Amino acid sequence: MEPVLTLRGVVAVLGRFPALAGVDLDVGAGSTVLLVGPNGAGKSTLLRLCAGLVGLTAGSATVLGHDLRTGRRELRRRVGYLGHANGLYDELTVEENVRFWARIARVPEPAAAADAALERLAVASRLRDLGVGRLSAGQRRRVALAAFVVRRPELWLLDEPHAGLDATARDDLDDLVREATAAGATVLVASHELERATALASRTVRLEGGVVVDVA
Amino acid sequence: MTITGTGSRATRALGVLTLALFALLALLGLVLSPPDAAMGEAVRLFYVHVPAALASYAGIAVLGFGSVMYLWKRSLTWDLLAAAAAEIALVFTALTLVTGSLWGRPTWGTYWEWDPRLTATAVLFLLLLGHVAVRAAGGDVHGRARRSAVVGLLATVDVPIVRYSVDWWRSLHQPATLSKLDPTIDGLMLFSAFVGIVAFMAAFTWFLLHRFRVAWLEEQVEELSLADAIVERRAEGGRS
Amino acid sequence: MWRDAFAVAGRDLRIEARSRVAVNQVVPFAFIVLLLFGFALDPDRGILQRVTPGLFWVTVLLSALVVVQRSFAIERSDGGRDALRVGGIDPAGVFLGKGAAILVVLLVLEVALLAAVAVLYGAPLAGWPLLVVSAVVTTVGIVAPGTIYGALASGLRVRETVLPLLFLPVVAPVMIGATRAFEAALEGSTGAGWRWCGLLAVFAASYTALGMLLFEPLLEES
Repeated sequence: MEPVLTLRGVVAVLGRFPALAGVDLDVGAGSTVLLVGPNGAGKSTLLRLCAGLVGLTAGSATVLGHDLRTGRRELRRRVGYLGHANGLYDELTVEENVRFWARIARVPEPAAAADAALERLAVASRLRDLGVGRLSAGQRRRVALAAFVVRRPELWLLDEPHAGLDATARDDLDDLVREATAAGATVLVASHELERATALASRTVRLEGGVVVDVA
Repeated sequence: MTITGTGSRATRALGVLTLALFALLALLGLVLSPPDAAMGEAVRLFYVHVPAALASYAGIAVLGFGSVMYLWKRSLTWDLLAAAAAEIALVFTALTLVTGSLWGRPTWGTYWEWDPRLTATAVLFLLLLGHVAVRAAGGDVHGRARRSAVVGLLATVDVPIVRYSVDWWRSLHQPATLSKLDPTIDGLMLFSAFVGIVAFMAAFTWFLLHRFRVAWLEEQVEELSLADAIVERRAEGGRS
Repeated sequence: MWRDAFAVAGRDLRIEARSRVAVNQVVPFAFIVLLLFGFALDPDRGILQRVTPGLFWVTVLLSALVVVQRSFAIERSDGGRDALRVGGIDPAGVFLGKGAAILVVLLVLEVALLAAVAVLYGAPLAGWPLLVVSAVVTTVGIVAPGTIYGALASGLRVRETVLPLLFLPVVAPVMIGATRAFEAALEGSTGAGWRWCGLLAVFAASYTALGMLLFEPLLEES
């Protein structure tokens, strides 16, 4: 398996706090890795690090062939990160939000791609011309997922993606993840929905105190 | 190795030299040099005012250089140097403003006149204050370093533009008066001014070395406590 | 870079068109500032007319602070700051895009303010070529550092208070140049006015170039 992620002794400091205290991890292409661990174990920071959003204080890290010290900007074009925030603009409509991200990701025919993504996430067409600010939390999350998949990331970094979604949306999300890995994408997901996430994952990595304590 | 201070043999020598130069400057400026024909005793302020202004420009030059070097090399050493220079430049601009307005009282009859150089110095003072404020706002070390480097660079680029625009603006109303020294100036006065410049430059360098070393030691302490924090953090995971 | 800049500018202007913050809040703010100057000085038109260029540009500068703050509040609303980086947008594109949107808003505001000073202060508007060119160049000179500092401050807890402290001293030369150029235009003595315009152009070009270079380290913050 071609390595997508190679972390060696990775230390990441937030402010003065070492959120990651020496992480070693290898992930191969096409796999789905579930990150588990108690609150504050460093799961979110690990995902953000892989997305190029958090800097590396010590150690070495290569993601999709980009050195995290030098190639973060190129890396960011190829990864998708969905954290607790949706990254949507309230004043724009559902369609405009998704199209904006499609355009930024240089997707050919952004309008058609946005429609397809919204279709895939079952966002009702009557909602598409509404401002995102008027949607419910669950609907917003669906739109955020549409804005995520429309970018066609090669590495999916999902932080608690199931939170705030209803049962059908969770199933949709799981299907999306399976389709993506089947198509060669790699997925890292942090979730407390253990049953659901374990069914999805090819491997489970346990973090505690900013280090990997168990790989199963 | 235990580090007990920020001094070294070289900085101590520089310190002694600086103090000696200031003693000489006091003697020359206050006692030996004659009062000016036009300005009277007030001319003595120049031996402090002009060197302080030059030292603040030197500080800004170091600030700009350090900022660019940080953005290029991303090494904290440059960030700390730039920060040290900014703080010292702030002190010297303040001194320039105070001596300038003290000189203005007997000369113009007011503490403040919109003299181009004085006005430009006031803007400089505020630019440097912004830099210090951004550093005080915190964040992680490299985030702080990036922000201060941007502020430092923007401020440095602004300095010549401020000088030029203020000069030109005020020249419409009155010629630049302050620090326009008469070329036929008395030899001893010229020498006093020269000693003043050398003394202030020595003081600037001396302060800069110490301030930089203090910042550097603080950084070392941070790194040590970070190493402890990492060990502690790993212990949470059950393996230390 | 240009594609991203267009996308960002389009998005910001669309958000502005929907939320009408500039129209409903910034324009009235600018008008009340103009009125306050009238109260503070002397409604005797002689004085107000004489200092119209200065009052005009001080008002624009204060409004620019508000517009810049608003522009970066949009990014913070829903983790947008993260998203800007995740999407891999070219940082120079973000700078140009956000700057262009702020520029459009300020230019529209200036048109309204010009009409207002003509009516309220009885300022005789003249010297149109110099007036328009210097206004555009000045506004670019205000927007470029404003956008840089807006991004810088938005990462800080003390953002509302530190932005004016950083931004206002840097644009001191712009204030001088813009006021002189406006005076020259209104008085019809355009020679010196064009020279000031040149200085303003140098300032605007320098800070635009700096913004394009410096936005990458600025957006990098974790």
